[in-house]
Amino acid sequence: MNQKPETITRKTKILEALENEHTSVSFNDPLESEMILNMGPQHPATHGVLRLLLKLDGETVLATVPELGYLHRGYEKLAENCTYHEFIPHTDRLDYLCPLSNNTAYVLAVEKLAGIECPPRAQYIRVLISELARISSHLVFLGSVAIEIGALTVWMWSFREREKLYDIFERIAGARFTTSYTRIGGVAQDITDETIAMIKTFIDEFPAELLQCEKLFNTNPIFIGRLDGVGLITREQAVDLGLTGPSLRACGVEHDLRHANPYLVYNEMDFNIPVYKDGDALARYYVRMNEMRESRKIVQQVLSKMPVGEIHTLCPKKVLPHKKRIYTKMEELIHDFMIVNFGIQQPVGEIYHAVESSKGELGFYIYSKGDGQPWRMKIRSPSFVNLQLLPLMMKGAMISDVVVIIGSLDPVMGEADK
Amino acid sequence: MNGIKEVNIPMEAMNEKVIEKLKRKYPDAVLKANEFRDELTIIIPKERIVEVCRFMKEDDELAFDFLADLCGIDMDTSENRFGVIYNLYSLKNKHRIRLKTFAEEEHPKVPTVTGIWGTANWHEREAYDMFGIIFEGHPDLRRMYMPEEFEYHPLRKEFPLMGIPGSLDLPKK
Repeated sequence: MNQKPETITRKTKILEALENEHTSVSFNDPLESEMILNMGPQHPATHGVLRLLLKLDGETVLATVPELGYLHRGYEKLAENCTYHEFIPHTDRLDYLCPLSNNTAYVLAVEKLAGIECPPRAQYIRVLISELARISSHLVFLGSVAIEIGALTVWMWSFREREKLYDIFERIAGARFTTSYTRIGGVAQDITDETIAMIKTFIDEFPAELLQCEKLFNTNPIFIGRLDGVGLITREQAVDLGLTGPSLRACGVEHDLRHANPYLVYNEMDFNIPVYKDGDALARYYVRMNEMRESRKIVQQVLSKMPVGEIHTLCPKKVLPHKKRIYTKMEELIHDFMIVNFGIQQPVGEIYHAVESSKGELGFYIYSKGDGQPWRMKIRSPSFVNLQLLPLMMKGAMISDVVVIIGSLDPVMGEADK
Repeated sequence: MNGIKEVNIPMEAMNEKVIEKLKRKYPDAVLKANEFRDELTIIIPKERIVEVCRFMKEDDELAFDFLADLCGIDMDTSENRFGVIYNLYSLKNKHRIRLKTFAEEEHPKVPTVTGIWGTANWHEREAYDMFGIIFEGHPDLRRMYMPEEFEYHPLRKEFPLMGIPGSLDLPKK
């Protein structure tokens, strides 16, 4: 029997999607200059493992179909089989460019479900680490946009600054990358005076370093030419397609969850929301550059206002006790055993809590049936939703703009693929 | 946009207002409503979900113009096993509410809301991939994460955590 192998004759669904009426335009093509180009998943400009199928006419992009899932690890399934504490290290691996703000977002959601709140010092520490993480993530954005248009110097400089931040993270959390720093009801350990001195030195020097980068970019005709008017979206499209974060604020929507629904101690902080109206890649660059300055302002205020005191809230059934007390006190030993083995006892109910992470609205929806594990946990990852705008932004763009558009959205595939 | 200094309506008052308006407009569409940690959850029958969503978005006072999240859930019950959860946000009122609808175990079908919020497109594809919920009228219902040859829906409760051996083909040499 000479049967043809099925894989050759069958048109894959992703190819069909590229050619169906919703995603493509048809026109007479006497020159037959149309082609389909596969980009990724192994491509340095796709920020990980994003795969794009592009339909090209010469150098113009006619249609794009993004294909996700190459980094899918099933975190929502894992969460249903982990206790609430066990899942904290997994949040590091979502948006691996700012693990500290993911840690914060997750424990805030769990605390909201449990009905507890961490003490003031821990709240200030959480704001501090979230803002430092935002700066480090935006520095990666700056570096990657730079290298994608061929500006190696700024890439070197921004990664040098990020390196200083990672030294600080190592002192705060004991790890540079996979921090797992927050705990339900507090943070893992207190911040020492030495670390605070390091942070102070960093934020004192940071504006000058940022200015150096801006001097190379802001009046550079090549840089402006590559970003200006590229990846244009309107305000209505952005809201309709659920864009959040700096990319939304670059379309003229003044929406920042730190202002709109303040969590932690953000209502005590004085900072501005940078908003640009153009909605192109250049506006997204400006928003992020200004946001780094605003984050620096918040860090300064946190350092001047941070109270002394406990970093764990007093709620023995839900908060892990100190190691020292576990070894010396019977009660704490029992609680530790129960929390580690069976998880904290959550009430029956469902909550959704979102924070403004560096990429946008990072939300956790938790449905609890009163067990030690969540019955269902949905991670609303900003990168996933933001990537949905790619086909719209790419339509009609040149092929050299593709990497700029992806870079200006700043997706992290660990988060988009979950 | 709205200034930051705008006085926000207290959360409880806003929740009451939503439920009151909804009950007046669609008296038979509100099956159940409950509040937990100041968050309002309203259960809507799936036949009515599209018109309720459209009303929520287009009403000037409510203005839930932003679909923050849409996800599926497996309740593991014999009746109304699969649920779809809509987390709505209003940029104007800075307020969140949650709508919920249920579908039966055999061939779960829920009408799509892609016509109301474009962002529902990928969220519904994800829910289809993970739970096998069919969104009727969806323009492009393909799997989001798993390979298209995959036969199972991994977030269903009967799917084992370790996966099913042999369900994913390894590349041929």
